[in-house]
Order: sequence, then C-alpha cells, then structure tokens
Amino acid sequence: VPDTPEIADRHDAVCVVGAGASGLAAIKNLREHGFAVDCYERETSVGGAWNWRHDRSPVYASAHLISSRPLTEFPDFPMPDDWPDYPHHSRVLSYLERYAGHFGLVGHIWFGTEVVSAVPVGDGRWDVTTQSTGGGSARVQRYAALVVANGHNWSPARPDIEGDFRGQVMHAAAYKDPAQLRGRKVLVVGGGNTGCDIAVEAAQQAATVWHSTRRGYWLAPKYLLGRPADQVNDRLLRWRLPLWSRQWIHRRATALTIGDLTRFGLPEPDHRPYESHPVVNSQLPYYVGHGRITPVPGVSRFDGAAVELADGRRIEPDLVITATGYRPSFEFLAPELIGADQDGRPDLHLHAFARKHPTLAVVGLVQADAGLFPLAHWQSVAVARWLRLRVTDPVRAATVRQKESARPVRSWSRRKVVATPRHWFEVDHADYLRAVESLLREMAPA
Amino acid sequence: MRSELLRFEDWTNPVPPFPREVLAQLPAGGAPERPPVLFVPGLGQGAWAFAEHWLAHTAARGFPAHALTPRPGGDLRVQVHDVVQVAAALPRQTVLVGHGVGALVVARALGRYPAKAAVLVSPVLDGWAALGAALRANPLGTLPALAGGRLRLNRRQLFGADLPDADADRHLRRIVARPRRELVRHPPVPTPVGNPPTLVVGSPDDRVVSRAALDRAAARYGGAPLLFPGMGHELMLDTGWAEPIEAILDWLAGHLRRAD
Repeated sequence: VPDTPEIADRHDAVCVVGAGASGLAAIKNLREHGFAVDCYERETSVGGAWNWRHDRSPVYASAHLISSRPLTEFPDFPMPDDWPDYPHHSRVLSYLERYAGHFGLVGHIWFGTEVVSAVPVGDGRWDVTTQSTGGGSARVQRYAALVVANGHNWSPARPDIEGDFRGQVMHAAAYKDPAQLRGRKVLVVGGGNTGCDIAVEAAQQAATVWHSTRRGYWLAPKYLLGRPADQVNDRLLRWRLPLWSRQWIHRRATALTIGDLTRFGLPEPDHRPYESHPVVNSQLPYYVGHGRITPVPGVSRFDGAAVELADGRRIEPDLVITATGYRPSFEFLAPELIGADQDGRPDLHLHAFARKHPTLAVVGLVQADAGLFPLAHWQSVAVARWLRLRVTDPVRAATVRQKESARPVRSWSRRKVVATPRHWFEVDHADYLRAVESLLREMAPA
Repeated sequence: MRSELLRFEDWTNPVPPFPREVLAQLPAGGAPERPPVLFVPGLGQGAWAFAEHWLAHTAARGFPAHALTPRPGGDLRVQVHDVVQVAAALPRQTVLVGHGVGALVVARALGRYPAKAAVLVSPVLDGWAALGAALRANPLGTLPALAGGRLRLNRRQLFGADLPDADADRHLRRIVARPRRELVRHPPVPTPVGNPPTLVVGSPDDRVVSRAALDRAAARYGGAPLLFPGMGHELMLDTGWAEPIEAILDWLAGHLRRAD
C-alpha cells in the first residue's frame, strides 16, 4: 500500500463536514445554488447532536428546546404548527430526518466516514482526507471549497478541580437518563441551561441535590405574559427598543415574575441582562423554593469523600455532574486556517467566513438568543451565494470581500458579554441576521 | 426594504394550527418516483374544484396529487402558511399549483418554501386589473364585494360557452367568494427561493384575468404564458379541463427529466 494515496479530483464539488442540522442546511443550500456536494458524517445517520444514538450527542432523555418553535425552525421548512411550543429532542430529530428526506439530501452524504484532515492546495482548492470511522484506509479527494459544520457541543470542557474524589464524577455529556440520579446525593456544577435542567431532574429523582454556580445568571422563564418568553423578547426587538431599555424591562419583568433569587442563596448576577447566553428554566426557582435544590457557590477542591466549596463549606455527594459546557474542536484543520487562538476559538467573519481562505467557511458556530437552525440556514445561503459569485463574477466578489472587511464587528457580534470562555460567539439574532441580510443583498444575483 | 430574514410577525404572532382539509389521490401501486403536486384553489373555492377532474388525472400520470381547502377567514399570510405547512409535511419537495387567487398564494409561498416547481393557473397577481375586469364583466355581482359583501360570479366570467348549464350551476353554487382588500393592496410577489421552474397557464378568453395580465405574470417569471383559447377562468372545471392539465404535467415531466 503506497503511503500517499492517489488524489481524486472532485472538480467544482464542495465538501461539507457533518450531517447535523447545520450540515444538512449547508448541503441543501449549496445544492440549490448548483453545487455538487459530498458530505462526510462520522455517524451512520443524520441529526448530529440531536440524534441521541450518536456517541457525541449531548442530549439527555428529558431535553426539550429552550427556544420556541417559530424561532427555532428552518425558515423554509417549518415544523408542524400543531407541535408544542417547546418540542422534545426526539421531535427535533424526526424534523431533521424529514428535512433530509424532503430535500433528498441523504444521497449526498457519506455515512460512517470521518474527515481526518483538510489542507489548502493553493488556488482555493482543498485536499480532504477521509477515513472510515474507527479505521480503514485513507482516501484523498480534491474539492473546490470546504464547509465545516461539525458542531460545537460534543467536545466536553472538563473543569480542572484539584484533589481526589472518592465518589463518581461525570461530565453532563455522559448524563442521559434520570435513573442515573435516583436516590443519590448529587452535586451539579454549572449554571447554564444543561446544569439547571439536570439540577431540576435531580430535584425530582435524587435524595439530595446541591447546585454549584460561580456566578449568578439572569434566569428566564419559558413563558412570560402567556407567551413563550423568546417571543415576548422579539416583540421588544421588533420595536427596536435600545438595549438599555430592554435591560430595564428584563429587570422589571424578572422582579415581577421570578422575584429575587438571592433570598434562596443564589448569587446575584455580576452582569446586566443580555450580557450572557440566556438560561431558560421555569422549574429551577420552583425546586429551590421547595428546598429540593440547595444552591452552593463554586467548587474549590475535592478531598476524599468531600467536596470543598468556595465558602469553605464541605459537602459529601456521591455523584458530581459537571455541566461545564463544550469546546469548539476542529481536529482536522490547522488552527491558523480559521484563525484559532490557543483555546481553539476561531476568528471568522460573521463567525462563518475564514478571513484568509475565501473557500473555507464554518456553519452553525454561533450562540444566539434564539434557535440556531435559522442562523445556520442563512449562513449557508450566504456561503453558497458567495461561492457561486466567486465563480460567476470574480470582480464583484472582490468588491464584496473588500466591503465586508470594513463591516464593524460590533454590528453583528455581541461585544459586551460576561467574561467566561463560552461567550465568545454570542450574537443577538436580530442584529446578526441584519448583517447577514445586508451581505446577501450585496451578493444578490444581478 | 422589507426584511426576508427578520420575520417578527411569524416569530411573535405565529399562525395558530387548524384542521386543514387536504384531499389526496395517490398513484396506483409502488413507491411514487415523482414529486407530489399540491393544488391551491382560488377565491371562494375549495379542494373540491380539483377533486372534480385534475387530482385523478395527475395521480394517473404518476404524481401523488393533493388539494388544499383554504381555511375560512384566513388572510394572505395565513393562507401562505397553510400552503407551506402542507407542502413541508409531504415526504418530498413539492410542486405547487395555484389557481386564480390561489396562484397569488402560491407566488407568495414560493418566497418561503423552495418548491420543486410551480404552476400559476389563471393567476390573479394584479388585483386592480382583476377588479377592473370583474366590474366590466359583471358590475352588479362585483359592486357589493367592494363594500365588504359577497362577490357573485356569473357563468360567463368563469366558464366557456360549451360547459353544460347543469355543471356550471352546480359549480357556481359552491363558490362563496368574499374578497379581502389585501387582494389589491398586497406588496409585490417575492423572488422565489431555490429558483424553481415556474409556468404560467391561462386562457386569452378568461374574463377575470386578461391576456395582458397573463403576459405580465409570465414575464415576471421569465417566460410566456401557455394559452388555451376558448376556455374560461376555471381551467380545471371547464369542458376542456384535460388539455391544460396534460400540458402542465408534460411540462413538469420535461423539467424533471432535465434535472436528473
């Protein structure tokens, strides 16, 4: 067997990495713009993170959407209007499967195939090495462009806690079923959406529950004034209320509905509303109020059977679940291609376009105050239109590129966010979509 | 400029669900290889208008055929929503066929859903022109509608001379049309997403949609209308109903062949 396999030229075809929600949107929109597409998916089915059968899926049995249906569905393929406001994850998977079937995407996906490396070869083309998941011989193919949609909720960020712990420690990625909590003394670490969800489940199943958060977050209920809370929020966005007034309204609404959580021992938020990713959970205050969840500060170290907390208190859980999030990971790309810093966080125009490689884009690498699918859809439309324009009208493409380089980052990215590793790709969905729309208009077919 | 990306109306005030009436005729035997076709009727009509002849004929040509009855009292936004909901619920990318005001609904739905192909039959895209034509052809039946009342259509407006009176009367009795102001005051039709092939079909002898309006509609989608002289507005109910649906399905089959 030769060391360097022969390179198969796929000419104008585009390579898409991953067949989750973002990858499926990318395949569909690239195909609509006339591109041949080869999508590589390490698993044997579509759905990515939303497919609970997949090794890397973070979903747990009770996971439901935290953004409501109209703000979550693809703009050109609505979810059934008789579905609930916040569908269960199994419905989201069936929705993605129907999307793939409806638009005939499955025939363009190579399942059970991993992208091992992708290397630019000059003139904008890419040599993509693929391999069967779990081994087999490598194959190299040359593509006109590379669209990465490998997701950002699969590589667990594990906290570095010193000391030894005699009980069990698991990352939330390994938490699947409430049976794992039944009758145990559980410490849940992390105040994000997953941490709050698991704390609530533990409140229903476990013997004792501690919920450790280092900072206070602004908690949003799922319903406000009789409507899904994100729909209420979008009314404010629709009226184009300035941020300070929305922050004021958020504070007032929180005070009138959830009330002051510090009286239960939860820390006060150290930032203003809208400066962190929304945490949507109606049940956490309920179970804290019942005394089923004991809020505690951050963990300072493990000590045998005990966990020492930041305030010096010692508790003795037998299970610690760290809901400390996920890191973006692009093992098949050299970091400089996407301008990644030492923590692996890429620097991309509109969180999508590689600044130095016009034929490299990432789809779905954003976090917003709304569902991800609409953003991934419009990102992939922009990517497809950009790749098309490069071919049909290079002069205009160069003009667009120059104009885009002058677009201020603050116009599409949320700049003032709480300083944690997870908030670097936080956007306001309305501002972000406005920026993408203006780019789409610049590239509109003449 | 109106935003296509920021859909605040749909996000904050979603259209409520409704038990939509969808009539279907599926091709006999085996898995259908051809895309589904969804028929959208015009003002005051329901799925029955297509169930009369076109559904069965379409299914016989191998296309799963569906027809939607517009929900009562729904405005344009609601009607577009219903069309996109039904289309997205079908297993494959759907061909949208709209007739009359239903063609306007389809033209708007094309801005929301990447149809496999689209056919606008006797399309009422220009409400003012259709209103003018109706006032000329049937002033007494049209005037009440201007005041929010019922629009009474007569057989000369809708059918050719050779349709038996009994059939014409039967159809006319079923049509209960209450046009909304939106039909003349809607924004221009959007650019279709996904660039679907689009065909305009009509009759030069239609007394609702003039020849000039057909030409304008076809030009909007970059073509010329396919014409069936001697027929009235209701191409799917008139005596010669077989000819236009044959031509539509031939056109469709040709496009699908080329796309493969």
